[in-house]
Amino acid sequence: MTLISVERMKLFSTRSPWWCIVTALGLTIGFAAMFASQVQDTAPMSVGMTQRGAQFGLIVVMVMAALAVTTEYRFGTIRATFQAMPNRVAVMLAKTSVVAVLAFLIGELAAFGSWAAGWLLTSDQALVLDTAAEWRQVAGVGLVFAGAAVFALSVGALVRQTAGAVTLVMIWVLLAESLIQLLPTIGDDIYQWLPFAAAFRFMRGGGDSMMSQPVSEMPIGPWASLVYFLAITLVLLVVALVTVRKRDA
Amino acid sequence: MIEAVGLTKRYGSTVAVNDLSFTVKPGKVTGFLGPNGAGKSTTMRMMLGLDRPTAGEVLFDGKRYTDLRNPLRTVGALVDAKWVHPNRSAYAHLKWMARSNGIPTKRVDEVLDTVGLTEVARRKAGGFSLGMSQRLGIATALLGDPDILMFDEPVNGLDPEGINWIRRFMQRLAAEGRTVLVSSHLLSEMAQTAEELVVVGRGRLITQCTTEEFVDSTSSSSVKVRAPQAERLREVLTAQGMAVAPPDSREPDSLLVSDSTTERIGELAAGHGFVLHELSAQRGSLEDAFMRITGQDVEYRTGSPESALPGDAGDGALAAADK
Repeated sequence: MTLISVERMKLFSTRSPWWCIVTALGLTIGFAAMFASQVQDTAPMSVGMTQRGAQFGLIVVMVMAALAVTTEYRFGTIRATFQAMPNRVAVMLAKTSVVAVLAFLIGELAAFGSWAAGWLLTSDQALVLDTAAEWRQVAGVGLVFAGAAVFALSVGALVRQTAGAVTLVMIWVLLAESLIQLLPTIGDDIYQWLPFAAAFRFMRGGGDSMMSQPVSEMPIGPWASLVYFLAITLVLLVVALVTVRKRDA
Repeated sequence: MIEAVGLTKRYGSTVAVNDLSFTVKPGKVTGFLGPNGAGKSTTMRMMLGLDRPTAGEVLFDGKRYTDLRNPLRTVGALVDAKWVHPNRSAYAHLKWMARSNGIPTKRVDEVLDTVGLTEVARRKAGGFSLGMSQRLGIATALLGDPDILMFDEPVNGLDPEGINWIRRFMQRLAAEGRTVLVSSHLLSEMAQTAEELVVVGRGRLITQCTTEEFVDSTSSSSVKVRAPQAERLREVLTAQGMAVAPPDSREPDSLLVSDSTTERIGELAAGHGFVLHELSAQRGSLEDAFMRITGQDVEYRTGSPESALPGDAGDGALAAADK
């Protein structure tokens, strides 16, 4: 518990997490509000559509998570940290927990905020949360944010440089996965098993939106997709922990 | 008490620290002396478990650093004063460090007061001058009220007042019975602060002895005599078999006598009825002595010009090809 409260103190005694929280919520909810205000009768509103801006928040949260480690290397505070607490694995796990919990909370706030913005602006009865799939599409966002934060934090711990880690994470999430999908013949088959494809399947799949993939077309169900995504994240975290433990600080 | 045994650090084929063993005893300031690149900082990082030694280990009161529970309460160290987040206040920095080792928060105010940073404690550490950062680093080291303290080049960037403060401060810590290890590349600095020296060059131990022994063994001593009848005194001293340096036109009434003592010269002068205006022992430059002893252990030496000349082998090969 001491380690967790130390990491919490460290995270919140600088300004960047506050900026990240404000930016993540502002962008996500702002996009949802804009979307809802422009929606036409020809394209009916759905719960899934209120969450289309989640990717904004996701990227901001991942940048925050990567920074939580890379700034420590940048400013040498990682050495002060390991000097005070030589058990590196415990320190990194505490940091991961703090960042993951924060990412989860930001995700939930962003998702319910977006949903509320859609509801207030359209008063569309389709936005009532009355199916399990709709609940998953809103409440599940926090889980994906938490997993994505662990993913970014692990990359940060491996790369140790802000620019490198942020670039890698952004390119992977925004570009690499969808580019792989464009490969002829094999592209689609590979894409289905990429981590963020699985995460988005969980976050957006099913429900009654025209734009989301029906569950029947998924290689594995939405919850299995989440487990798959989290498992990949966990493997990456273990690799990062082993590396941090072995390497000179 | 610090014991380093066979400490070795290799980066690929370069050996940064080579089989280094030494002990640091409590109750006095021990200087960790060596030229730049001798492996002092690497050694300190290995001592703190930050860098992994290729071989060897360091024990603090019999325990490895990584086995210490709440290490800041046993070993306080200042390795790099810049290991602070620039957007975090000095107070916030010390507070998380205190929390991590179960040190009460009121201790943060105490150490800030000790190093004289109370007034700027809430300001961002990124705006600190080098001297203020250094003081914050010292506050960090003192936080856990540890029995063992290590400082890497603590006077770097400090003004004369700060340097003086650090010297007295370290001596006070040692007088309280603590173990104090201070690294420096300046022998003159160590001569004023440390009682005991661990001297390293190119990652290897050169010697461990008292500062006095080191200075005596490395510097030639001579005696300066100033007398109105300098020329006649010279004859007397030379007749006694002493080596007197040739006269210096800038100071015609001074003599520089090597291999003698102030006592002998004073007695001789009195016996012959000479008036003396000055009689003082001269130490050779400590830096010169240090250079002499660590000369072969400097990592970055300037290359000799001869090595850049083309060898004969090339000409021979050309001649062979002509045939």
